[in-house]
Amino acid sequence: MPSELAIEAAGLEKSYGKLRVLDRVDLEAPRGSVVALLGPNGAGKTTAVRILATLTRADAGRARVAGFDVVADRGQVRRHISLTGQHAAVDELQTGEENLRMMGRLAGLPGPAARRRAAELLERFDLTEAGRRTVATWSGGMRRRLDLAAGLVGRPAVIFLDEPTTGLDPRSRQSVWQVVTGLATEGVTVFLTTQYLEEADRLADRITVLDGGRVVADGTPAELKRQVGTQRLDLELADAAAFDEIARCLDDRVVRRDPGRLTIGVATDGSAAQVRALLDEVDPARRAVDRFAVQRATLDDVFLALTGRPADRPGHQNDHDHDKEPAGV
Amino acid sequence: MSEHTLPAAPRLHRSSRARSALADSATMAGRCLRMARRHLDVALTSLLLPVLLMLLFVYLFGGAIQTGTRYVTYVVPGVLLLCAGFGASMTAVSVATDMTGGIVDRFRSMDVSGASVLAGHVAASVVRNLASTVLVFGVAFLIGFRPSAGPLDWLAAAGMLLLFILAISWLSAAVGLLARSPEAAGGFSFLVMFLPYPSSAFVPIDTMPAWIHGFAGNQPVTPVIETLRGLLLGLPLGTSPLRAVAWCLGILVASVAVSGVLFRLRTA
Repeated sequence: MPSELAIEAAGLEKSYGKLRVLDRVDLEAPRGSVVALLGPNGAGKTTAVRILATLTRADAGRARVAGFDVVADRGQVRRHISLTGQHAAVDELQTGEENLRMMGRLAGLPGPAARRRAAELLERFDLTEAGRRTVATWSGGMRRRLDLAAGLVGRPAVIFLDEPTTGLDPRSRQSVWQVVTGLATEGVTVFLTTQYLEEADRLADRITVLDGGRVVADGTPAELKRQVGTQRLDLELADAAAFDEIARCLDDRVVRRDPGRLTIGVATDGSAAQVRALLDEVDPARRAVDRFAVQRATLDDVFLALTGRPADRPGHQNDHDHDKEPAGV
Repeated sequence: MSEHTLPAAPRLHRSSRARSALADSATMAGRCLRMARRHLDVALTSLLLPVLLMLLFVYLFGGAIQTGTRYVTYVVPGVLLLCAGFGASMTAVSVATDMTGGIVDRFRSMDVSGASVLAGHVAASVVRNLASTVLVFGVAFLIGFRPSAGPLDWLAAAGMLLLFILAISWLSAAVGLLARSPEAAGGFSFLVMFLPYPSSAFVPIDTMPAWIHGFAGNQPVTPVIETLRGLLLGLPLGTSPLRAVAWCLGILVASVAVSGVLFRLRTA
């Protein structure tokens, strides 16, 4: 009986030349869970996924996926996983149906079974109507759905999704989220990377935060939020001098910093006693703080607290260029 | 926690790795052929260009070229080769296109070997080029090409052409792996298309300036053409078949080996 962990990796290291992409990374995913690897551009997310999916070899460390070693039992691992990467992995010059049938054949299904499976998946992803047209004529959201469907053809036990919603419109993003949630209820393990904090929060049972190739936090969304307090006290300050003064006074307790609005956020449990004590501490003369508000902590706060800087906002696009090997190998 | 047991591995019914590699290659070849058919500009170019070139040589230049026989008889083997080489070199573009997208990663994560991916491209190229060869032969017959070959000669000529297509296709696959973009890979077709000119394809070598004789006489295209011409027209073959087969096998073996290494490097 293989272990109850679908993914377990310890001490993964990877460098490209002098660039250290992964630095002693540990990862874990219990079977049937959704785990999000969250991080900004260039954090090493794609490299981590490629190592787990047997496409790249780590310089050091070991990893087991679906109970098999990713190096020694590479073939076995590949028989139990699927990978949907950042670049669409479907052929534009084939129809949706042809793409899925081809994947079925490659997954070892005989012809008629591959045909049935293709029809089934087109139906499930609401693509039956478009199924007989070449993918070149499809919208971005439809292609992404086909890409996900192609990953399911061989009924994998572990599914890797590398930034599944980057570049999608909100409606397509919603439908990808539904798919991921659906997979989890079927007992499939989903390991996804994302730079959207909201996405990790919504989908994942467990979040591993990666920054500069290191794991900076690991836990359930609730646990991560707890690390910085469940609430955040936002202090709106009178002027720039007060902003600097209080930022210095709170130092690493600052979880949100907005010089433009002269606002500083600090973790708190939200109780009146603690808020009062904090106000007295930072502003004994009662001149620096103009107004304050207590907010629920978001993963943004977690990220800032953990890495000392805000997470890159989506729109910077993916971290592919930093994350893969440099050209010219 | 029975609902958490792993689903059965979907490939258990596969009897052996070798068989699955063959099946994967066939699936890949089917994929490449479907896509080539829909890549209309490529399909048209690789079919129409050789036919147009043949008409051009036979009717526009042919009158001025003295080869000792009717020019259409002399030039058809050269056109066949130009057509086959050009069509096979398109493999570089299709391989390069695959390598720049995400699909090769997916194939690899499905345990499809690099060899199967490349063999699929090559097999599709062979099928495509045999089809266009038949077309060129058809047009050549219409404009008066009358070979004097017996059944065995035909078979040998077909084998020679097949080996040449196979060698150039694998070479193109290697080039496609080297190229950083499909556009760069396209440049290779130009080179392959140019190669028949300084050979005995269109005019006899002894009509060329002396300094080019060394190259024209010894480059791979010349013995292949001489072999085809000899077989189809019943001319003496000499050492051409030996040299042709040696060139093609050499290119083939080197390309298969190099592309294996390149594939691993590109996907590491």
